[in-house]
Amino acid sequence: MGTEGSQVQSLPGMQVHPLKKNLYEVAIGPAHPGSGHMRILVRVEGDVMVEVDPDIGFVHRTMEKLSEGRDWMKNIPLFERMAILDACNVTLPYVEAVEKLLDVDPPERAKYLRTLLCEINRVASHLYGFGIFGVFLGHSTLYMWAFGDREVFVELAERLTGARLTHTYPMFGGVRRDMPDDFGQHVRKAAAYMRRRLDEYAKIFLLNPNIRSRLEGVGVVSKSRAVELGLAGPNVRASGVRYDVRLAEPYEAYDRVDFEIPIYEEGDSLARAWQRVEEIKQSLSIMEQAVDWLEKHPREGFVHEKFWKTAPPIYKKVYAGEVPYAGKYRVKMIPLYASLKVPAGRSFARTESAHGEITYYVESDGKDVPYRVRLVSGSYRNVIAFKYVMPGHRLADLPAIYGSFDYFPPEWDR
Amino acid sequence: MSTSAQGIVERLRSILGLAPEAPVEQLKGYVEVSVDPASLRDAAAKLKAAGFDHVKSVTAVDYPDKKQIKVIYHASSMLDESLSGYVVGLATSVDRDNPTVPSLSSIWVSAEFQEREMYEFFGVNFEGHPDLRPLLLTPDVAAQRPLRKDFKVVEEDDYLKSTYDEYTSTKRWV
Repeated sequence: MGTEGSQVQSLPGMQVHPLKKNLYEVAIGPAHPGSGHMRILVRVEGDVMVEVDPDIGFVHRTMEKLSEGRDWMKNIPLFERMAILDACNVTLPYVEAVEKLLDVDPPERAKYLRTLLCEINRVASHLYGFGIFGVFLGHSTLYMWAFGDREVFVELAERLTGARLTHTYPMFGGVRRDMPDDFGQHVRKAAAYMRRRLDEYAKIFLLNPNIRSRLEGVGVVSKSRAVELGLAGPNVRASGVRYDVRLAEPYEAYDRVDFEIPIYEEGDSLARAWQRVEEIKQSLSIMEQAVDWLEKHPREGFVHEKFWKTAPPIYKKVYAGEVPYAGKYRVKMIPLYASLKVPAGRSFARTESAHGEITYYVESDGKDVPYRVRLVSGSYRNVIAFKYVMPGHRLADLPAIYGSFDYFPPEWDR
Repeated sequence: MSTSAQGIVERLRSILGLAPEAPVEQLKGYVEVSVDPASLRDAAAKLKAAGFDHVKSVTAVDYPDKKQIKVIYHASSMLDESLSGYVVGLATSVDRDNPTVPSLSSIWVSAEFQEREMYEFFGVNFEGHPDLRPLLLTPDVAAQRPLRKDFKVVEEDDYLKSTYDEYTSTKRWV
């Protein structure tokens, strides 16, 4: 199998096998310090990649099968485990799909609260992606900065929901709780801080000549190629495609807030990084608009009447702020959720998560558990790019391309 | 919304050249078009030519009572903004004992990995797929077709297995 006399050294997390003269197979992962739980089998000729096979599934947790044996409600905390850094965005389409089957439309206030948390999650997730991207490129300053600044948004989410990451915030017909009184000022402070920091990120990372020389013109995906491969989220917009679920099929309050869909035409790794910076700016603006709306409007229901009318009278006093319970407005879970049965039917819902579009197909046969749930996340739609985009590049470009797609293994393996 | 939803149904009928009685259902969140497996590739090619440029999700659903497996391709458009608000589910039902469906990954490259996933979880054989092998699972587990309804999830009990024989007897695969 090996070539005569060839001695190839394997690095930790990266094994090299010679196949024939000048053709080697490099197994990157599955426990690569940067990539997480994923293996990429690369065949290199010299140091040029000729064949790339993403071998995924190392953190598969059988979520689709498990969901068929759990109550409708209990699937929300199950699904958010697939990407805890983006928990609201990844569970929202499931909630929406079930709401379509229940024929329930959440109240306006709940829609704005969901929009608010979705954008907080999106910023936190993009910063997480930046941090990992920094590690890949050996830029540990960005890693420290991004993870430190992500904490600001994780804390915002904690103030709103009570949990740092797995908030289980959207529920059928509404959200789990209303926002605290002083939440608006924290959001505005965080937004102002992050805008300033993004300029500093640009100076130290995106405009840095070292980083630019590694990213510019690397991993170029043309517009038609991006669509053909079905890429999702910021990656497809960085190739010049004007597609965003928030625009194509507006959900929650996105048709009432004012925002732009940033687009980059270059389609290379640098454009994908800039794309995320621009999206963070838009998210900050949406967050501010959402809290403005929430502060101006009275606290009138955060859950649909169908569920709220089954709540005990004490809940209504707590929500009105008359009775303090572990803080103001903190209502416990409404009992009807535990015995929920969903009418038979099939529905499909999609939202724009930080890693890309996420879709759920939900089928019910009228029981207390789903008949079939199919979920496809943005990370999965992007993983096919490794197979088709990487060949032709040098092996040293692999981390740059991998990091630029913001691929998050647990989200696809689920 | 309802008039435009009706509009997409009419548009699909004309794209696919369907007879008025052919099943096109307006469901919650998408429009489902059912075709027989023989005309699946033809229908997919027509949809692609009309602007449905990518597949969002490939789903298989197991119906043991009807002895069928239904495969649904949810397709939509990114480039054509008049279509990107809609999702079309191109569905076909095949026999559960020998589920063979023509692969659409030569038409929609975006379906390639998801067809592999449906192959390992349901045993659906996609004819003409360039690289049909398990994606997430190991071959031993994939051979059991874990997402079919007759694969029962056995809960582990709370007690530690004290002997090796006891441990191996509870394993569900080798």
